[in-house]
Amino acid sequence: MPSDKALRDELLAKIRALDVGEVRLMEVCGTHTMSIAASGIRSMLPENVSLLSGPGCPVCVTPPQVIDAVLELSMEPGVILASYGDMLRVPGSRRGDSLLRRRALGAKVETVYSPVDAVELALREPEKQVVFLGVGFETTAPGTAAAVLTAQEKGAKNFSLFSMLKTVEPALRALIAQDGFNIDGFLCPGHVATILGERGFQYLPAEFGLPGVIAGFEPEDILLAVYLLLRQIAEGRPRIENAYPRAVSHDGNVLAQKMLSRCFEARADVWRGLGTIPASGLGLKAELSDFDAEKRFRVRYAEAEPPTACRCGEVITGRLRPEGCPLFGTVCTPEDPVGPCMVSSEGACAAAYKYRGVL
Amino acid sequence: MDEIITLDYGSGGKKTARLIEQLLVPAFSNPALEALGDGAFVEGADKLAFSTDSFVVDPLFFPGGDIGKLSVCGTVNDLAVCGAEPKYLSLSFILEEGLKTEELRRIVASVRAQAEKAGVQIVTGDTKVVEKGRGDRIYINTAGIGFVRFPGLSPKKLRPGDAVIVSGTVGDHGTAVMLARSGMMQGDIRSDCAALNTLCARVLGTGAAVRVLRDPTRGGVATTLNEFVEGTELGIVLREEDVPIRPQVRSACAMLGLEPLYCANEGKVLAVVAAEDVQTVLDAMRGTDEGRDAAVIGTVSDAYPGRLVMETAFGGKRVLQKLTGAQLPRIC
Repeated sequence: MPSDKALRDELLAKIRALDVGEVRLMEVCGTHTMSIAASGIRSMLPENVSLLSGPGCPVCVTPPQVIDAVLELSMEPGVILASYGDMLRVPGSRRGDSLLRRRALGAKVETVYSPVDAVELALREPEKQVVFLGVGFETTAPGTAAAVLTAQEKGAKNFSLFSMLKTVEPALRALIAQDGFNIDGFLCPGHVATILGERGFQYLPAEFGLPGVIAGFEPEDILLAVYLLLRQIAEGRPRIENAYPRAVSHDGNVLAQKMLSRCFEARADVWRGLGTIPASGLGLKAELSDFDAEKRFRVRYAEAEPPTACRCGEVITGRLRPEGCPLFGTVCTPEDPVGPCMVSSEGACAAAYKYRGVL
Repeated sequence: MDEIITLDYGSGGKKTARLIEQLLVPAFSNPALEALGDGAFVEGADKLAFSTDSFVVDPLFFPGGDIGKLSVCGTVNDLAVCGAEPKYLSLSFILEEGLKTEELRRIVASVRAQAEKAGVQIVTGDTKVVEKGRGDRIYINTAGIGFVRFPGLSPKKLRPGDAVIVSGTVGDHGTAVMLARSGMMQGDIRSDCAALNTLCARVLGTGAAVRVLRDPTRGGVATTLNEFVEGTELGIVLREEDVPIRPQVRSACAMLGLEPLYCANEGKVLAVVAAEDVQTVLDAMRGTDEGRDAAVIGTVSDAYPGRLVMETAFGGKRVLQKLTGAQLPRIC
């Protein structure tokens, strides 16, 4: 990537000049996790500043019992699952069992780039049932909503949505409420903020006295956001600052917000590492229930499996760095992952493994 | 090994290595095979290099090439990077019932054109047809024999201070095929598919101290450079800013969630050369069509044994592993 070294050096000097003591900052967006790892930012920050990965990778927060249900569904005759690539390698509760394995056993699984591609697939394959695996936060949810509305408009009755969509705010609230929560500020997710706007994060300072900076995705963006967070901490004046104004407005994308409220309603959802959080998932509204895969295929979820040695749950709540997990890099690797944090390219463990330092 | 073969075993990364080392090599064990070069050296009237490769690609035709051109270039390049002059190729087809003859004709014409261009002869071949649904339209295997002109190339010859050179832009083929497959946009992103025998012969013909040549196909530049140093006392430091990547390839990869350094190339060679011969090798490469954009991208170092380390454009450092499994596009 082309980069502005003068800007980088200036920001690093400013960061070093601030006297803030030990500070723990959390990013809650998988793309931030990747960008931080890929650019080597951690190796450049002073030792008193730690960056931790929060529940920002949608694949990672999907619990194993839901993946199990998806794997079951993949074996239904006549079903084609349409999914983003990231989901294909995620293991359910049985190690090594994933959509990639199911595909090798005969399941029909197509990788798509957009939910609307899944609708088009359904129109091309009228004899089949095409199920789109909707994963993600407010960023991908509007596109998913658009796909459902397109299916309705075009009469793609063989299309349905398996919604694993979630919203960020309830998860952050649950995280903050946890015992031992010790994060000093949040790098707020830039993509989610394009939808929600600056006002979508005001609860952090207003209710919890926590600083938040909406950050872009270039390494300079992230460094700037880190500096602004540290400055807020040094000044003792927590607020929401927008360090990504080229994409994020005060009110966000109102059209997308309308689309969300037209199609989805909040429901309780299970998050890996955080458990069941009220009103944290997005389920299709009753009037669109014809397109609800969970209803169409009468999906049932098993009780949660007993926990394994995998500590993804602690990793995505910032209580453990990936390297602190006993399985990291030995038993659990990207090619044979135990937990989803090692699978998804956005996962904290995958990022830590892929870019792990000798340095 | 897993109980079933998944696509990961074909990705060119760690699982492919496991398949080769655990299932295939033990079955046919002999010194020529166990060297695990791009081609084997066998005894004969003269010193010969021998290589084989199978080609499966979707779509069959893509900007910059097709499965026919690929099947010639792939084997020619495997021989060329062994220091051999490619001479004879075999050509075997596995056709799926229902393949359009017109498509086969186009593919055969492409094989012929590329063989002529590369100066190799197709001297033997085979055709099988399988039932509809038992194959994917067409699979091609080629095997090739070359006369060894420049023996002794090996990653074992790397020395600290050697330079790593790539013969041109990185990631073009993988990105072009991925875009063609996704049906999204293509722009002017084309496969770099090309025969490299002229380029390799020119480089080696200069007499420069070339330690090793290899074509970074599946798994990309990052995986090939890892293969050079894994298990050795040496590492490679790659400078991100110096790696030539077309801006459109960089953007497409960012959109698709791919990394150019892990994308396949079909017309590029990586060379490790003694520092004093860098300019000679660059000049030789840049004097060919395929090597116009050749660049020095890294250095062999004893600071990071067994590792490929990249100095990022942003000023940090990170380790690049071999590709693990097939590259899967990201969510957002």
